[in-house]
Amino acid sequence: MSDLPSLGLVPGWLTTAAHWWGKHGLLVSLREHVIYTVVAVLVAMLVAIPIGLAVGHTGRGSFAVAGLANALRAVPAFGLLILLYVVVSPKIHYRDAIGWLVPRGALGSLLPVEIMLAVLAIPPILTNTYAGVQSVDPEVRDAAYGMGMRGWQVVRQVEFPIALPLVLAGIRSAVLQVIATATIAGYLPFLGGLGYLIFNNGLPQINDPDVGYPAMIGAAIVVAVLAIVAELLLLTLQRVVVSRGLSGRYRARSLPTQSSYVTANP
Amino acid sequence: MNDVWTYFTDHDSQIYSWLGTTIWLALLPLAIGLIISLPIGWLASRYRWAYPPIVSIGGLLYTIPSIVLFLALPGILGTKILSPVNVAVALTLYCIALLVRVVADGLRSVDPLTLSAASAVGYTERQRLLAVQLPLALPVIGAGVRVAAVSNVSLIAVASSLGVSQLGSLFTIGNSTANSTPIWLGLILFVLLALVLDALILLGLHVATPWRRAVSR
Repeated sequence: MSDLPSLGLVPGWLTTAAHWWGKHGLLVSLREHVIYTVVAVLVAMLVAIPIGLAVGHTGRGSFAVAGLANALRAVPAFGLLILLYVVVSPKIHYRDAIGWLVPRGALGSLLPVEIMLAVLAIPPILTNTYAGVQSVDPEVRDAAYGMGMRGWQVVRQVEFPIALPLVLAGIRSAVLQVIATATIAGYLPFLGGLGYLIFNNGLPQINDPDVGYPAMIGAAIVVAVLAIVAELLLLTLQRVVVSRGLSGRYRARSLPTQSSYVTANP
Repeated sequence: MNDVWTYFTDHDSQIYSWLGTTIWLALLPLAIGLIISLPIGWLASRYRWAYPPIVSIGGLLYTIPSIVLFLALPGILGTKILSPVNVAVALTLYCIALLVRVVADGLRSVDPLTLSAASAVGYTERQRLLAVQLPLALPVIGAGVRVAAVSNVSLIAVASSLGVSQLGSLFTIGNSTANSTPIWLGLILFVLLALVLDALILLGLHVATPWRRAVSR
């Protein structure tokens, strides 16, 4: 049997105001967690979406992309993080804080975390972008060329909008993974995020009924809630940005005669 | 590279024991998860009303970060926080969350005409499920099992951040000694393990679906 503090302490811990406010409170940790996630996913999007579009459009390099994405998936994030930390961190001598974003001394920990998270987020976005462009009906693509569009215009105005639902699905699963994995940032020194309360602060004094196990579970629950909220927000975003011609969300009155494209791809 | 090999031979008995733990942590949850998902997935494919709730519960379960489960399970099961049992149970839950949907989609993807033909030649509903529908759904289910297997292996590594003793311990040792050699070794072993597992599943699928080879030739 374990002699851990009881899970019954968690609701009380979560509803104590002092645990939300303060220097390493849940709110500050939550903000840091969101920033780590957003930065990593944006970097991954900047890398993965152009490559995915290019590969999907030209059809060249698809084998390499699929292989690379699968290989990246097999690399354990925790191992990659520790490797980057042990290799990169001693080379960084810049110790000052950078604005309010990077606290003093944290750059050597933050850089490995962001690289690891971006590497983690690339495969789902890359493979989905590529698959989305690949799945564009060849007749639609031909029609775009037939109307006089150039290659770049076809990518931007036809292939990308049609691939968008899949691209966004890729971003969603990337965000989910990054939120979950950003927790282990707290394993490294100087860093925050919700993992701080779990690893840095909680684990060494796990039997403490205040900052130990109940705090770790409390922070972990906030991570799970953050993941679910992010998922819902992105689903809403998807409803807004995906062309109505694709999602089929017309008002009944304005429905044109059956669009063969939509019915052919339910 | 030489350092990595030297490290391996210097610590081989410890590493083999970790490798053993890691392998059963990768395999057992996958097997149990698949066995549990099959009937639930069948339910979701057989009854239209059952599909949305089962699939959304699975999706919700999958959004729970692994570290949350690794931490919460000791409190729920009464196990020690370092016990590999927590990891095994958590991974089993993830496998179920992922595979239920895959099983349901796979069973649904079988052509209704094929099913009608099976009924017409005298299969009972149960025979039809086991001898026709399930085998034809294998490629879809197998693809899901591959994803679950690879993601399980990398989740096992996360468990070492809490101190659960297995191959991931190479990472924590590398961190505490600021030595990249055990970390490289750990990464290589984890990737190899994932690749071998993936290849085995592919091979199993290849053997279990002989009709696909007949068509593709």
